[in-house]
Amino acid sequence: MSAPPQADAVRKDPAPGTAGDRLPRAVSGFVVRAGRGRLSLRLYPRPAAVSVLLLALLLTVMGVSLTTGDFELSLTEVLKALTGNGDPGADFIVNTLRMPRLVTALSVGAALAVSGGILQSLTGNPLGSPDIIGFTNGSAVGALIVIVTLHGSMTDIAIGALIGGLATALAIYLLIRGRGLQGFRLVVIGIGVSALLLAVNSYLITRASWQEALEAQAWLIGSLNNRGWDQARAIGLACLILLPLAFVLARRLSMVELGDATATGLGVEVARTRTVLLFVCVALSAFATAVAGPITFVALAAPQLARRLTGSSGPALIPTALMGAVLLTGGDLAVQRLFAPTPLPVGTATGTLGGLYLIWLLITESRKSRA
Amino acid sequence: MKDGKEGRMSKSGTGGIRTAKSGAAPGTSGARAAADGPRLRAEDLTLCYDQRTVATGLGVEIPDDSFTVIIGPNACGKSTLLKALARMLRPQRGQVYLDGAAIASYRSREVARRLGLLPQSSTAPGGITVGDLVARGRYPHQRLLKQWSAEDEAAVVEAMEQTGVRELADRPVDDLSGGQRQRVWLSMVLAQQTPLLLLDEPTTFLDIAHQVEVLDLCAGLHARRGHTVVAVLHDLNQACRYASHLIVMRAGGVIAAEGDPASVMTAELVEDVFGLPCRIIEDPETGTPLMVPAAPKYHAPQSGQPGRPQAAPGTPSTAAVLAETP
Repeated sequence: MSAPPQADAVRKDPAPGTAGDRLPRAVSGFVVRAGRGRLSLRLYPRPAAVSVLLLALLLTVMGVSLTTGDFELSLTEVLKALTGNGDPGADFIVNTLRMPRLVTALSVGAALAVSGGILQSLTGNPLGSPDIIGFTNGSAVGALIVIVTLHGSMTDIAIGALIGGLATALAIYLLIRGRGLQGFRLVVIGIGVSALLLAVNSYLITRASWQEALEAQAWLIGSLNNRGWDQARAIGLACLILLPLAFVLARRLSMVELGDATATGLGVEVARTRTVLLFVCVALSAFATAVAGPITFVALAAPQLARRLTGSSGPALIPTALMGAVLLTGGDLAVQRLFAPTPLPVGTATGTLGGLYLIWLLITESRKSRA
Repeated sequence: MKDGKEGRMSKSGTGGIRTAKSGAAPGTSGARAAADGPRLRAEDLTLCYDQRTVATGLGVEIPDDSFTVIIGPNACGKSTLLKALARMLRPQRGQVYLDGAAIASYRSREVARRLGLLPQSSTAPGGITVGDLVARGRYPHQRLLKQWSAEDEAAVVEAMEQTGVRELADRPVDDLSGGQRQRVWLSMVLAQQTPLLLLDEPTTFLDIAHQVEVLDLCAGLHARRGHTVVAVLHDLNQACRYASHLIVMRAGGVIAAEGDPASVMTAELVEDVFGLPCRIIEDPETGTPLMVPAAPKYHAPQSGQPGRPQAAPGTPSTAAVLAETP
């Protein structure tokens, strides 16, 4: 695709309204106006191009995931099966085995990425990620209690994880509430709570039987194996409701990044915006963890990757969501195909990829700052 | 902001305001006609941080079309007062009134179309360009599907031209010097196009030339564009030179004096409020009051007035001398 270089060229053009002298454009991006000024939008070429690229990449990964595997299918066979016109064999493979797993991976990836993006923006800290400040460990406590003491089914585990995640977020919220929801305090208290919960998890595992401990450990790595339509529907629905809400609130989020005083001066209700966004962030992360277990690094890396690729000064939540979906579907495809016939849990892949990415990031950043 | 509290605070006048607001042109003269007295005033404020009370029973009126400067010693509550006027701090008691209605009863965005605030510190998002940051000032005028109208563009260009940062529009804010950055933030507040402007120590961290530049700019806004400007300043002489209305606060959040600088600014007041013996002379450039601190005792021992010892700040004897001061 030739979109990114094009975007750069556009940026340097003089603005149409500013009389063509040597002055730079007042603001970046294209402006689209219609309906006698009733509708006006600012479009940013580079984030848009990055989003299109990511979407294309996502569709490719999805295509490969659906067509390859133990039974190779052609794209037309897959499309026929998806529209309900396929033969029974293809129908079973696509609609019962591959599609729910893919939808789950896609939604969990997007949910985790946006959750991390919101939290990083609210805390002004690239470490503000749900797996670091305790939400994920809280979900794990809920899941382990169900596994070890209640011996529940997969659905029960998911419900336990959901309750654990939300309860942890509520506890952190109550701990910091008195003094206002400031970013740094959230991270510090979150890390403390996370450490406490980790101890609880270890305790629960020592109390468990051999069989339960094995099951608990499998859940704790984070995996998409054996995920069916129940899980796909739950996380898909959560995304359908919460992601658009997050995208609409992104504008306010970018204002809150200016600091409480400035944002208030510009008419943003800072405290309310923070609370609503924190709720969206926690709910997304809790649902994702409930469905797939604690999958690390997507929430940490996807927002940073998206922000760097788009060169955006705001939270760029739409590219972030796409990036998360690409990372998780791609990671799941890799562990399924590269390590067949005993597929690894996807959590190991995202952990490895994310770790490598972070190392690369730190090295290039430190080189840049030295140059 | 918690909804419950807001509801409680605003009960007194909610009914009337909502209707007045819907009829008024956004941000300006329409709502004004209904109000008696100045557009911005505060009554009987009790201001607290956590448990610490900064001021009680504080009332203040900001004269319309004035350049009001608030001065006072450190920690006297002048920035706190400004925060209360800008609805950043909810008073424990009392009320701030904007255009005749309690400021808490407005939607925040509605206030932002009438009253702009330049806080002491702000964070520029990494990598943002000057133009895009100034454009953020248009937020209260925008909606989800009305993100960048022609007026927005015009307001941003004009604001950048006023502060002389138009040529920097495509430069990243991170690359700018402190003085340039302050002009960019001021430009953002100007792009908001509010008739009232509150500036919290706009000259801090700037060298003297940039201080004068920023203050000249504010004075120009006041004189040429009819903005009502309220600024907290540290330098008494700058305050006297630029203010059309001076509010002097003393420790404990009490207003010691207010009015025209020429009549307010006396040696007695400065000694009373700041504990600094001084002389007030006429500024040779502008004719406004100029405060000159009294000479330290050891510089001119014979000419010093008896019973009024004074040491240069930072000399080892300061503490001992201060202890003797009445």
